[in-house]
Amino acid sequence: MSDSFRAKVDIALTVNGEPVEARVPAGRHLIDFLRLDLGLTGAHASCEHGVCGACTVRVDGDAVRGCLTLAAQLDGSEVWTVEGLSDTAEIRVLQDAFVARNALQCGFCTPGMLVAAQELLHRRPIPDRAAIREHLSGNYCRCTGYEAIVDAVEDTLRKCADEDMA
Amino acid sequence: MKAQAGGYVRATDVSHALRMLAEADGAGRVLAGGQSLIAAMNMRLSTGDMLVDISRLAELSGVTDDGDCLRIGALTRHVDIGRDPLIRRFAPLLSEAVDHIAHAAIRNRGTIGGALAHADPAAEFPAAILCLDATLHIQGPDGTRSVAAGDFFVDVFTTDLQEGEILIAITLRKCAQGEHQVLEEVARRSGDYALAGLCLIRRSSGHRVALLSVGATPVLATGAMAALDTGTVDEAVAALKTEIDPPSDTQASASYRKHLAGVLLRRAVARIEGGQP
Repeated sequence: MSDSFRAKVDIALTVNGEPVEARVPAGRHLIDFLRLDLGLTGAHASCEHGVCGACTVRVDGDAVRGCLTLAAQLDGSEVWTVEGLSDTAEIRVLQDAFVARNALQCGFCTPGMLVAAQELLHRRPIPDRAAIREHLSGNYCRCTGYEAIVDAVEDTLRKCADEDMA
Repeated sequence: MKAQAGGYVRATDVSHALRMLAEADGAGRVLAGGQSLIAAMNMRLSTGDMLVDISRLAELSGVTDDGDCLRIGALTRHVDIGRDPLIRRFAPLLSEAVDHIAHAAIRNRGTIGGALAHADPAAEFPAAILCLDATLHIQGPDGTRSVAAGDFFVDVFTTDLQEGEILIAITLRKCAQGEHQVLEEVARRSGDYALAGLCLIRRSSGHRVALLSVGATPVLATGAMAALDTGTVDEAVAALKTEIDPPSDTQASASYRKHLAGVLLRRAVARIEGGQP
């Protein structure tokens, strides 16, 4: 594979903990690979130039843009989408706070918001509201429901910190 | 829109990458973090590219202490530049620049080499390395060569990098004791490209001032530098306004950008001196 250019690229990776092998077109976005090839439609394809954050998923531990990453680049990688993070209950506390705070209106941005916000859960000291806003500034909510989203993330961070102290 | 790539190959080392670029016969494109290249491909500003993916070449990543200098591998990601203790201590301008670059998810993948090779005049790293008077190290089919940052940026999205060459690393002189390095910019939304931005270094030998988003390339403001060395901030602001010729676009007019540049210079000086602008 490494010796010549390929129009279609063979990749083997894990997605939500499951091994996946596929042959993808060289220009296939990660987000389209997840949605169209694997049926994982949690993360959304939206602006497709890295501005809106709806396609945010986790690759090798980091939140990344699914529209600015090619599936071909991810041979050997570990990818987690909102479906997998929900199934493992890793973001349960964040999801509960989103429900409690009604931190979504149409819900389109929510998967990306959750994956982006999850990166803050282990940060110490706890970020203040301005820092939460700054961290989420790469994720658009087209309903403009930012206040409740920041509330939910702030609640979650406080709760996690309290549990750490307990 | 969807990216339209002509082909893809994952490079196993730099010489393999150079060989593949040569084979691509002009259509080769180096893919590192991809945060600018894939966006450009999605907008069909670029199609049919033969992508040479160098992102796995571990030898091109990381920051090392070379005595008087720091060496930054071209594949060092923005997020790693931002938290690297050597960079924080010896090139704080770069750590500060990271806070202004796009958003967390983009900083997780974007690389300093990619940002410099892309040479967006509105980007922070090109102006910062110009201000730092860094040296860029380039490898090509005929071996390696080094270029001063002042000679690297040629035009909008255009650098001294030639067909078939790869940017390997950046070296810069370590910040001295008592040296100040600050970056100020104004953007419409946090993480957006700046309407105007300014890097200021104050060291015992004199000042360095470089601007972003005020021309086709990052601009070294030599007039403002000389005025800061010998005169007042007012004189430096006056000098700055005569030596930049910013564009007007849908974001800001040329005169507004010029005005902002002066404001940013005052803010940067005030920050160094601990006062209010």
